Amino acid sequence: MPTTQAMPWRRASGLLAAVALALAACTGETSPTPGASAAASAAVTDGGPVDIGQVVMLSSQLVPVEEAEKMRSQILADFAGEVEFIGAESGPFNDRVRAEGETGSGDVSVIGGLHGEFASFAADGLLMDLSDVADELADLGINEQYLELGKLGTDQQLYIPWMQATYVMAARSEAMEYLPDGADIDALTWEQVTEWGANIEEATGERKLGFPAGEDGLWHRFFQGYGYPAFTGALNTAFASDDAVAMWDWLADTWQYVNPQSTTYGFMQEPLQSGEVWVAWDHTARLIEALRSQPDDMVAFPAPAGPSGRAFMPVVAGLAIPNSAENPDGAKELIKYLLQPQTQATTLSAVSFFPVITAELPGDLEPGQQAEEAAVTTMTNASDALPSLLPIGLGDQGGAYNQVFRDAFQQIILDGQDAATVLDSLAGNLQEVLDTVEAACWPPDPESDGTCQVQ
Amino acid sequence: MRARRLGWAPYALLLPSLAFLLVFFATPMFQAFVLGLQDRTGEWTLASVQRMLNDANFMRALTTTVWLVVLIVPIQFVLAMSMALVVNARLKGSGLWLYVYALPLGISELAAGIVWVSIFTQTGWLNSILEGLGLIERPIIWQSSETPWLILITVVLAEAWRATSIIMIILVAGLQSIPPEYLEAADVYGATTWQKVRHVVLPMLRPSLQVALILRTILAFQVFATVIALGGTGVTVLAEEAQRWATDIDNDHVAAAYAGLILTLSIVSTVLFLWLLPTREEQQP
Repeated sequence: MPTTQAMPWRRASGLLAAVALALAACTGETSPTPGASAAASAAVTDGGPVDIGQVVMLSSQLVPVEEAEKMRSQILADFAGEVEFIGAESGPFNDRVRAEGETGSGDVSVIGGLHGEFASFAADGLLMDLSDVADELADLGINEQYLELGKLGTDQQLYIPWMQATYVMAARSEAMEYLPDGADIDALTWEQVTEWGANIEEATGERKLGFPAGEDGLWHRFFQGYGYPAFTGALNTAFASDDAVAMWDWLADTWQYVNPQSTTYGFMQEPLQSGEVWVAWDHTARLIEALRSQPDDMVAFPAPAGPSGRAFMPVVAGLAIPNSAENPDGAKELIKYLLQPQTQATTLSAVSFFPVITAELPGDLEPGQQAEEAAVTTMTNASDALPSLLPIGLGDQGGAYNQVFRDAFQQIILDGQDAATVLDSLAGNLQEVLDTVEAACWPPDPESDGTCQVQ
Repeated sequence: MRARRLGWAPYALLLPSLAFLLVFFATPMFQAFVLGLQDRTGEWTLASVQRMLNDANFMRALTTTVWLVVLIVPIQFVLAMSMALVVNARLKGSGLWLYVYALPLGISELAAGIVWVSIFTQTGWLNSILEGLGLIERPIIWQSSETPWLILITVVLAEAWRATSIIMIILVAGLQSIPPEYLEAADVYGATTWQKVRHVVLPMLRPSLQVALILRTILAFQVFATVIALGGTGVTVLAEEAQRWATDIDNDHVAAAYAGLILTLSIVSTVLFLWLLPTREEQQP
């Protein structure tokens, strides 16, 4: 059976992995893990007589109620043991992992989180070496580059890659006739998006662009992985630069074509489905419902480009076991279970996070997922692609870091204050956050000598 | 004599609730104040309070909160008073009205907020009805960040729907504790309905009014879930900022400063009501 054709997600996942690794500052010597003990992973699917007991899993991913519910009722349904899945926002997530780590005992046996979060935990020596688990899973073909990321620059496997995603654009088909003349939807620029919004507004009288600027929207990621890198080619090191002001000016100009109800949007799939919004940017897992329910009326396409390139943010989630784990053996079984082809397929169909394994998945991709996959592939393959990583090493300052970008948006776009003045005053807050955790720069910012310096 | 016979028993009976209040209210309250006046290292400082005062969202949150209190409390009182009088009039089926009025009490704040979102969102019920009736050509965006006062009105409406019944119940209880002799006496002297309400019911209701006012004002300072659901980031209130600093930004100290401010405002308003609406002994049931 040909595999590449049958499993197009491999292309996208491989590409995301490649860019993430190429960027990760924490490179080390690759030590391939040949040899597989197929028996071990088989035991997981069989369920077997092993008494796994209860495993508490704390996760900063799949936190929204709908996603957490699908995790519990679908993804974890076939696990032989009992899992208590707890989704937590970054603040409580960090607090709990650290509190349990510091006391040396705790309930949590598996942590699901992002690369950047694990970097902080690993730096404080909170994570167990999972090299044995990686070896046992070798026959699944977990993406080598992601495995390398999971070593966090050490010779230990500190987390096992779990699933991946990114952010793309989606539009309703009604919007297509208003695309600016000569614009290629697979190679748009942000300026063309403004023009697109203006065309729609002129024709319909309504503001149909949309962004997830609500309370639980991922709006801060737009600035961190799309807006800033696309316009400035950097992030922290260009926070208050002239190029940054140009980005904010662009957004202020564009905002007149953005649905002003955007400040209530958490997931863009809903306003897309209802037609309140025709063109939107969001996380693949937060667009999928629209693409899935109305595959003929929706298109997914790559993030547009700015003067510095087509910036996008690959999201790599992983699984780790804290040293304080109550049930480390059960935890390992759970990790192996979550990496099985069947579970990865369920994860993809239930919450739309893409697999990290290359082994063949059962079943076919739904049209919505195919659309997202194609958009991701085009985006990562683009000649002007500019991958930007999620923040790394911010620890408990992750939320404070995001707030700086949200404050900037509030003051510049919603309150209409002068961009340069606001950015100058917020640069201090940003530097304070980075100083508190002594975070080094991460791509696309150039490598820093010590703490990243805001400019 | 009687007091002596009771001895220590009343105090012993009060002890469990006193202990409960101490452990679950007084202690965390005290800890919150301490947290708000310390920094991450445990040093005493006003930095968190300053951080709160200089926070970009602080003035927005404070003014929205105050506006909500100023708008919600009187509207709800007029509504609750009318509802209570209807229930208390013992008309046919008044028991049914009590249940109908009390229904929203059984619904969580957030759920109520989401229900109202489905009414006020751009493609929601309200716009659909208005469009269907031909009153508007295209949907009105009620929840636009560019018209925060409109969002405020939607929040006031949702809150009025959700939380008026708690006041009504307090007032109904108050109304029912007014001895019927007083009203009969007023009848004897030929008082009109309005005169009875004005000169008998309202003065006798003063203790209940005071309790209801204090309760409702304190709750209005804490309004949170309906604002998040209806306003998103377009409007914000103090409780929302406290939550944001505690969970999103993970800075308990600034969150505690916000919580301390909410508590202070609540205490000030309570004292104000106690002072403005003193109850005389004969008004006590």
